[in-house]
Amino acid sequence: MQSTSHAFNENVDHALADPNLQDSLGKLKVGFSERRRQAAERLPEFEALRDRARDIKNHALANLDFYLEEFERKVVALGGHVHWAPTAADARDIILKLCQSMGARTVAKSKSMVADEIALNEHLEAAGIAPIETDLGEYIIQLRHEPPSHIIAPAVHLTKDQVADTFLEHHAKLGFTTRLTERNDLVAEARYVLRQKFLDADVGLTGANFLIAETGSSILVTNEGNADLSNTLPRMHIVLASIEKVIPTLEDLATLLRVLARSATGQESSAYTTLNSGPRRPGDLDGPEHYHVVLLDNGRSSVLGTEMQDVLRCIRCGACMNHCPVYGAIGGHAYGWVYPGPIGAVLTPQLIGVEEAGNLPNASTFCGRCESVCPVRIPLPKLMRHWREREFERHLTPAAVRQGLALWGFFARRPALYRRLTGLANRVLALFGRAEGRYRALPLAGGWTRFRDLPAPQPGGTFHSQWARKRGAR
Amino acid sequence: MISPAPARRPQRVALFVTCLVDLFRPSVGFAAVKLLEDAGCTVEVPALQVCCGQPAYNSGDRATTRDIGRQVIAAFEGYDAVVAPSGSCGGMLAHHYPGLFDDDPAMRARAEDLAGRSHELMSFLVDVLGVERVAARYDGAATYHDSCSGLRELGVKAQPRRLLASVEGLKLNEMASPEVCCGFGGTFCVKYPEISNAMVSEKSADIAATGADTLLAGDLGCLMNMAGKLQREGRPVAVRHVAEVLAGMGDIAPIGEPERGEPEPAKT
Repeated sequence: MQSTSHAFNENVDHALADPNLQDSLGKLKVGFSERRRQAAERLPEFEALRDRARDIKNHALANLDFYLEEFERKVVALGGHVHWAPTAADARDIILKLCQSMGARTVAKSKSMVADEIALNEHLEAAGIAPIETDLGEYIIQLRHEPPSHIIAPAVHLTKDQVADTFLEHHAKLGFTTRLTERNDLVAEARYVLRQKFLDADVGLTGANFLIAETGSSILVTNEGNADLSNTLPRMHIVLASIEKVIPTLEDLATLLRVLARSATGQESSAYTTLNSGPRRPGDLDGPEHYHVVLLDNGRSSVLGTEMQDVLRCIRCGACMNHCPVYGAIGGHAYGWVYPGPIGAVLTPQLIGVEEAGNLPNASTFCGRCESVCPVRIPLPKLMRHWREREFERHLTPAAVRQGLALWGFFARRPALYRRLTGLANRVLALFGRAEGRYRALPLAGGWTRFRDLPAPQPGGTFHSQWARKRGAR
Repeated sequence: MISPAPARRPQRVALFVTCLVDLFRPSVGFAAVKLLEDAGCTVEVPALQVCCGQPAYNSGDRATTRDIGRQVIAAFEGYDAVVAPSGSCGGMLAHHYPGLFDDDPAMRARAEDLAGRSHELMSFLVDVLGVERVAARYDGAATYHDSCSGLRELGVKAQPRRLLASVEGLKLNEMASPEVCCGFGGTFCVKYPEISNAMVSEKSADIAATGADTLLAGDLGCLMNMAGKLQREGRPVAVRHVAEVLAGMGDIAPIGEPERGEPEPAKT
C-alpha cells in the first residue's frame, strides 16, 4: 500500500472536513468504548488476565526463535509447508508463485492486515490473479478502491448510505438494481454475491491472529465466518502471518482469546474462532489439499531487544484506536498507511521509516487512554515518545520546534534569568489583557488563538514574585 | 478544614508551582498553599524551581530534559513531600524522572527519592493527609474534567469529587465523557491546532450539555484550553482550578475573565 503518512497534515484537513467520516466517527467513539467497558466490568479477573496476556507475549518474544522453529516443525509434521519471508517483497513472490503453481485465477482473501502491509493485492493483480476480499468491510472498500481505516473494522469510516450507493454501482451488472436501505438487506446481497466467488476460488488466503508452537495451528478470529470459507473450500490454503504472532501453547491461546474479543468489540468471544492445523487428512470431509504458512519478518526481528520491543506484543484488537481521541477526530485514513491510531503511530515509523511517518508519533496528546485499555499493556505513549527522541536525535524535528525548544531550554536551565523573563511576560500580557481578561488574537500565538481565546494572566505579578513579597521576608 | 489528624503527617511540604500557575494564575498556587497549611503542613516554595521539563521531554529532547530534571531534583531535595497543583507536572516528577537517568545510578536514586515524595495536590490532600472535607462555599453547578495525566498516571478521580462534595452550595453535574482528553496536550495544541480544536470543541459541547455554570479541573493547561474554547464559542461557563474553589477562593475572576470591579472597556 502506498503511504501518504508524509502528508499527514493535509490528510487531517480532508478528514475534518468530511461530514460522512465525522458522522461515522461519532458513532464509533461511543459504541466501541462503551461495549469494551461493559465487557471488562463483567469479568472480575479481566485486569489480571491482561497481566497474564502481557506475560505470555513477552515470554514468546524473548524466545521467538525457539517457538518459530517449533511451530515450523509441527506444521511440517502435519503435512504443511512453512516459508520464511524476510521482506515484504519476499512474501509477495512466495505467495504469487504458490498461486501460479495452482494455476489460480482468483484468490479468496479473508481479512489480513499483513496482506495490506506487503501490498499483496496489487502484486497479484499485476500478475493477472484477482484477489477477492471476503470480509464484508474489506469487500466494500475493495469495491471503492480505498484502504482500510481501522484494523478490525476496515470500512468503519463509511455510512450505510455510502455502502448502499457502492453496492448499487457494482452489483447492478449482476442483476441487483434496487438501492437497498436496510442493513440486513445489504449484508444479504453481499453474502449472495460473495458465495459464488468462494466456490470459484482456487486459493484461499487468510491472515492469522495467533500461531501455536505447540500444535502448529494458525488461529483465525472473525465474526462473519468468511475465513472458514476461505480456508476450507479452495484447494490451497495460504496463511500469511508476521513472526510475532507465535505463542507457545493452546492454553496461552485461551488466555489471549479472553482479552482479545472483549477489548476489540466487547464480545466475550468472537462468533468464529478457527484452528487450522495442516491440510486435509485422509477421512476429513473438507479442507485444503495444500497448506502453506508464510512467515513475514519485514523488520520486526530488528525491533527485538530494543526499547521498542513492547510493540510486538500487539494482538491487533483495535482498542487503542477505539479509545483514541485523535483517531476519533480524524479517522484511520489520515494516518496514511495500513495501521492507524496509537499502534499505527508506533508501528508505522518502524515499518516504513520515521522520515515518512514522523508526524504520527507526534500527533498525540499522550492522554494515555490507549495504554489504559491495551489488553497486553503496551506502553504506547512511551513508545511514541521514543520515536520523538529518535527524530530529535536525527534532526528530523521541524526547525521551528527545535529553535523554540532551544530558546526555552536556555532560559529553563537558568532559573534567575527565567524568572526575569516570565516576570516581564506576565506583566505585559496582564497589562494588555486586563480589560477583557483574555486575548482573541496575539502575535506568535496564532496556533492557539485561531480556535480559542487565550486567557490573560491575573494582575499582580507571577506567583514567585508575589510569594517573595508576601512570604520572602519571613 | 475539618479532618481527623493522621498520626504521621509530612511536616515540610515544598510546593511545585508549575510554569503556568506561576505565569498565568498565581491564585492557584496560593489556594494550594492554603489547603496544605489548613491541613497542618508547613509550605515552602523553593526559589530555584522552573519547569518540570515536559516541553522538552515530550518533544524528544532528552538532554535538555535531563538538565532540567537535575535542577528540579536538587531544588526539591530534603522536603518531606513535593506537591504540585497539576497531575501533569506531578506525574512527570512521580513517574518519568527516574527513567531519565537509567545510565546514572546515583542520579537515578535521587530521582526515585523525589518520585516517591512527589504528589498531585488532590491526591496528597486525600490519600496522604486523610483530608475528608473542606470548609468552603460555592453557589453553583459545576462539572469536573479529569485531566489525563492525573487520572491515568496518578489515579486522581475520586479525591477531588470527595472534597467538592463537602463544599456548601456546590452541585456536581458529571459530563458524559469526563475522562476524554480536552485536546491540550502541551505543545500538541499548537503543533496540531486543527486536531486539538476538534477535540476541545467536543469537550466544550459535553461541558455545555451538563448545564453547569462552572467548569473545574486540576490542571491549568487543560483549563486554559477549555476556557479559551468556551469563551470563543460564547458559552457562559466560569472556569476555575478545583483548588481555588476548595480553598474558598471561588469569588475571584474565572480564568480568562477580567477582575470584577475593573472598569469595563468602552464599547464602540
